[in-house]
Amino acid sequence: MTEKILTRNFGRADSHTLAVYRETGGYKALDKAAAMQPAAIVEEVKKSNLRGLGGAGFPTGMKWSFIPRGHTGPVYLVVNADEGEPGTFKDRYLLERDPHALIEGMIITARAIRSALGFVYIRGEYVEPWRRFSTAVREAYEAGYLGRGFDIVVHRGAGAYICGEETGLISSLEGLKGWPKLKPPFPAIKGAFGAPTIVNNVETLAHVPHIVNRGAEWFASLGTKTQGGTRIYSVSGRVKRPGIYETSVGITLRQLIYDEAGGVAGNGRLKAVVPGGSSAALLSADEIDVTMDVDGLKNVDSMIGSAGVIVFDETVSIPDALVVVARFYAHESCGQCTPCRESTGWIYKMARRIAEGHGRKEDLDTILDVAKRGAGTTICAFYDGAVGPYISYIEKFRGEFEALIPRA
Amino acid sequence: MTTGPGPTHRTPPTAQAGRAAPATIIFSPEQLAEVRRLQSLYPDKRGALLPVLHMAQDTFGHVSLEAETYVASLFALSPAHVHEVVTFYTLFFQQPKGRHVVAVCHNLSCHLAGAQRIIAHCKETLGIDVGETTADGRITLQAVECLCACEHAPMAQVDDRYELDLTPDKVGRLLAGLA
Repeated sequence: MTEKILTRNFGRADSHTLAVYRETGGYKALDKAAAMQPAAIVEEVKKSNLRGLGGAGFPTGMKWSFIPRGHTGPVYLVVNADEGEPGTFKDRYLLERDPHALIEGMIITARAIRSALGFVYIRGEYVEPWRRFSTAVREAYEAGYLGRGFDIVVHRGAGAYICGEETGLISSLEGLKGWPKLKPPFPAIKGAFGAPTIVNNVETLAHVPHIVNRGAEWFASLGTKTQGGTRIYSVSGRVKRPGIYETSVGITLRQLIYDEAGGVAGNGRLKAVVPGGSSAALLSADEIDVTMDVDGLKNVDSMIGSAGVIVFDETVSIPDALVVVARFYAHESCGQCTPCRESTGWIYKMARRIAEGHGRKEDLDTILDVAKRGAGTTICAFYDGAVGPYISYIEKFRGEFEALIPRA
Repeated sequence: MTTGPGPTHRTPPTAQAGRAAPATIIFSPEQLAEVRRLQSLYPDKRGALLPVLHMAQDTFGHVSLEAETYVASLFALSPAHVHEVVTFYTLFFQQPKGRHVVAVCHNLSCHLAGAQRIIAHCKETLGIDVGETTADGRITLQAVECLCACEHAPMAQVDDRYELDLTPDKVGRLLAGLA
């Protein structure tokens, strides 16, 4: 069993307080980081193979190194705490149970990228996490960790999945509707309020103090060849023990379901698994011997995304599940790009009429055609994320859909 | 926030629904000081628009066109800009809402755990459809997308709280307890 790093204090009483965080070694990495040059911190994180844990899996140290050299104006650090990917709930735990880990990670990251101001964008529905985190920020100011060259503004969202997309989040932070922006320029060049900006996920930054404390080699050795460390898997759906599980990113999906989450609920038979939040392509029951790192899932044409695992047993209707997923993407499309705005609505309509028993013979091929034509044509990755489930649900379980379509 | 066929429910205006709006849409001097403090936190004061809209909704009950115009004036923005923002996000109500908002998640993990039974039970108990408010202005019922508490499916948000591991009985008791 891998050592718990991010979740090591979750079982402790008052784990969210400064006192407990300090008792368990918290804020010690700050001293070590203060003695390091910013470039040395970036180098250490590069060597650790830490990759973004919000969804895209981009190497964190490399992202930090994109801030233009010699830039003299402001640089912003933005934390994406707009957790919203269906099946994911890890950041809620981190904000509620170990908020100071994020604050310490932010202070170190700010030094690495030479930022004096950070924003934490918390989804609007997360009222309790927002309160807990805001209290922790106040404690950190009173203790003098903040306000000496680095400040944190806690910002509440207002309900919009698209604001989890980093440029949509930046628009929202700027007081606009959350429309994603065309890249390039990437946020590291021109981000929030026009300044170079690094956007990182909560869990990604919570790892940073540990990397500084214990070194890049240690962190890299916990994972696979191309991704270091542990991560928190959110497991839900038809399993015996739904919950969060922190393990090495080298764990297989089979181990995660059967060894960690106790196997399929009611001892039923496994049918399929969403491996990385609803935007990840569905895996069938015979595809679960994959490692749960970024490259492991890429190799089976899916993605680890936010590591939200949703387990389907044999009682689950795949056409019904597609209706739920298609409704979600239709509801959350921001409406900016035509292929996404229109296709998500059409596909929801078709998926629904198939599930309700009055689908048309050509509907399945129309969905696949519409899905494939739109992929890669939009400003952000939202539509590509919708295409993953559209195609995989139908291609892997086509017979189940066809059985619902009247023949005549 | 979308032109798609998704359930973008808005509570229809009814004479009885919700709290009565204050006679005038105006912040107190203390609130105006808070607006200025929030605006000073951002490199461009417009960054404080969402926090100030949250304040407006908490103060006035919902964000009416009049409230949008008022907030716009505090930012030197056009009312159209503020309207565009308000209508984009699901947590801003443009019409009066109930004293309590019950938002039941119907995304994937909750769906697998019987969210539809929970929603049906709420509809039956309250005698209203999803997106509506009870005639006495007590409860607005919503079906919402993933609230990210899937390990406790099915779940709902009741005002500020997450209510977890729901059963029809449990949600029935919850509804009965809302004054």
